[in-house]
Amino acid sequence: MNETAAQIIIGVGLAFDLFGCIGLVRLPDVYNRVQAATKCVTLGTCFILLGTAVYGMSAAMGIKAMLCAVFILLTSPVAAHAIARGAYKSGVRLWEGSVVDLYGEEKHPSRPPDERTEPAQAGETLGAGRESG
Amino acid sequence: MKQLLCIVFTFGLWVALTWTPGVADVFVGVVVALLVATLLSHIYPDNPHKALDPRRVFWFLVYIPYFLFYCVRANLDVAYRVLHPDVPIRPGIVKVRTKLESEMAKTFLANSITLTPGTLTVDIDGSDLYIHWINVVGEGVEEHSALIVRRFEKLLRRIFE
Amino acid sequence: MTTFLLIAAAVLLLAAFLCLYRIGQGPTAPDRTVAIDILGTLVVGFCCIMALWTGQGFYMNIAIAWALLSFIGTIALAKYLEGRYYDE
Repeated sequence: MNETAAQIIIGVGLAFDLFGCIGLVRLPDVYNRVQAATKCVTLGTCFILLGTAVYGMSAAMGIKAMLCAVFILLTSPVAAHAIARGAYKSGVRLWEGSVVDLYGEEKHPSRPPDERTEPAQAGETLGAGRESG
Repeated sequence: MKQLLCIVFTFGLWVALTWTPGVADVFVGVVVALLVATLLSHIYPDNPHKALDPRRVFWFLVYIPYFLFYCVRANLDVAYRVLHPDVPIRPGIVKVRTKLESEMAKTFLANSITLTPGTLTVDIDGSDLYIHWINVVGEGVEEHSALIVRRFEKLLRRIFE
Repeated sequence: MTTFLLIAAAVLLLAAFLCLYRIGQGPTAPDRTVAIDILGTLVVGFCCIMALWTGQGFYMNIAIAWALLSFIGTIALAKYLEGRYYDE
């Protein structure tokens, strides 16, 4: 019974992990990728940890799994904010299909509007927009 | 008071991590907890005794399933957008305004927003939050605030303020 | 259970290769940072699978340590990105 429940929970977690990584590959710009990957992989890994706890090999393992799930739930959104903010400040542009950018208009008014939403060029590696700053 | 709660919290975490601790483990745990409380208590929240209020604990327990429901919905939403052949997204960065005041409440609000459908907090400036939204609907700060922030604000105010 | 764990490890490996694709392709530094962060979280999942497979509890210690250290690493990379101001 425990084993079946654990397998179902771990299976759901694996599916979410995989969706998150597919999103990481398919979505067009870094902000969308952060969204998809952070949400899906956080919850997916929490489900895997929950499954490990439900399987019930030993009490120590269950408690450590639950603590690890709490740590991940607390830390991974913070990492996502940090990356999104760092990406914006280092000059990565939004995808060309983006409809609104209030952050750029109010916080970075010196950046020309047409430079905010251009798609990042392939081969443009470190610090897009560093040369104009 | 603050140091005492810090010691208790650190020691509890230590015991949970070394489950079925022996005498030596407990001894080392007490020493480490004292050391952490002396050196690092200034980075802990200022009034942790709030966490002992049963009403706040009750609303926090209500908040957990409420949050997990939105979290699972967010994942299904992302899965739909990712697996759809056309990738139906309409992204943009919008501004919302929150009425929450304490730092702790704003932190939890930002983290909750990041893990709920289609939204990611990019920056916080006072009571303004800049949010990257994968599928922008509506127009203007008020409407966006109503759509993104209101669902958590009531509960978070009861927990933290 | 062993067959299930084998499939689980294979799925996680596939997800890890998708992350590696994003690390290799870029195109910008934040893209790579995201992929590294996600790879760190996937390793925690791997540790769980290994713990269930071998029955050894210490894999969970690795999982906790890895989760916290990968968070610190991501924050450090993000700070590094943020240090390069665009308009200041």
